Formats: sequence, structure tokens, C-alpha cells
Amino acid sequence: MIEFVRNIRLWFVPEEIRQEGGTPDYRFSLANERTFLAWLRTALALIGGGFAVDQFLPDLRWGWRVGLALALLAAGVLCAFRAVNHWVRCEWAMRRGEDLPVSRFPAALGVVVAVVAIAMVVVVLLRWEG
Amino acid sequence: MTRGQAAERDPGLQPERTRLAWRRTTLTGAVIAVLAAKSALHGGPSAPGVVAAALCAGLWLGLLGLAHRRINALAVPRPTALAPHVAAAAVLCTVALAVCGAALVF
Repeated sequence: MIEFVRNIRLWFVPEEIRQEGGTPDYRFSLANERTFLAWLRTALALIGGGFAVDQFLPDLRWGWRVGLALALLAAGVLCAFRAVNHWVRCEWAMRRGEDLPVSRFPAALGVVVAVVAIAMVVVVLLRWEG
Repeated sequence: MTRGQAAERDPGLQPERTRLAWRRTTLTGAVIAVLAAKSALHGGPSAPGVVAAALCAGLWLGLLGLAHRRINALAVPRPTALAPHVAAAAVLCTVALAVCGAALVF
């Protein structure tokens, strides 16, 4: 938790990260930036999924529709915050010459997306039968 | 292009790949902004709907502006690393789009 607060400070005080360790090869920093952007696109895609559930499943019961849309939007927000946090941690580790941080997040996100997808299939099938 | 510039070029095309990654991100943002506008203006234009659509369009323009600045900064032989506040601003634009989406769902 303390580390997360420190990372949040780093987002807004870029000088601090430049003082830590040595500057890595610019290609490594660019690769880290592309990974960050890929996660940001994942977040945007989840948010788009939330909009899509809201708009393209209008016959769904209100509770299910709003619940699924909010779950996808919340996953998008979480993914976006995690993207910048992981980017800062990787940048920090590269500057200090440490190992890159490991993360359970990709596995957790995979499980959440699978659960939402199964819920959607079940909900859509039940609606068609009923 | 002179020989000196050719020697400076990164054989892995890292700046170009990063530039295209920013482009892809803004394109994804454009899709979200269109979906948000469609959702906000669904069932005829209303005052809150127009405000929400304008807000989403503004957030997308913010993302576009950040990407544009970064793409310009990448057009040098050895670009510096992304500044943390630019990354944070891009994330905040994304989160604000999600908050708009949550408001529109209700």
C-alpha cells in the first residue's frame, strides 16, 4: 500500500524518477511505454464493452444490463490505473537494474473477463428462451 | 536523408512502433467516444445528453492532444522516456470516460 502511494506521487513528480538509478537504453523505455499503451487499450476495450452491453442488449432486465455494464466499466477503470502503476514500477526497476515486477493482474483479469462472458451468454440465452 | 541520420536510425524501429501504439490508442478512444455519443443522444437530444456527449468528445480530444505531443517528441533519433504526468493524464482521460459511461447507464 505504501508502495502504491509512492507510485502515485511518481506519476506527478517526474523529476523524482529521473534521479533514481541510471537512465536505461531508450529502447527499453519505449517498449515499456508500448506495454502501458496496450494495457490502456485493454482498459478502453473493457469500457467499450460496458457501453455495448448498455446499448445493444436493450431487452435485458434493467438490473442485469446495468450490473454487467458497470462490471465492465469498473474493470476498465481498474485496468487503466493498474496500467500506469505497472508502467511506473517497471520504469523504476529498469533504472535501478532490478528484476521487473511480477503481477497476478493478467490472470485475475482473464478470470473476470471469462466470468462476465459466461454470465452474458447465460443471460442472453435465458432471455431468448423466456 | 543524410548518412548520419541513417546511422542514427534504430534498426528495431522502436520510435515508429511506439508512435503507432499511440495512434491505435487514440483510435480505440474514438470508438469509445462514438459509442458514448450514441448512448448519450439515444432517444433524441436532451440537455444532459448533449452535455455528456460533449464531455466525452472533450476527453477524447484530450487523449488525442496527449498522443499528438508524444508523437512529436518521438520524432527524434533518441527519444526520452514518457513523462509520468503524461501517462497519468492519459489514464485519467480513460477513467473519466468510464465515469461518463457509468452516468449514462443510469
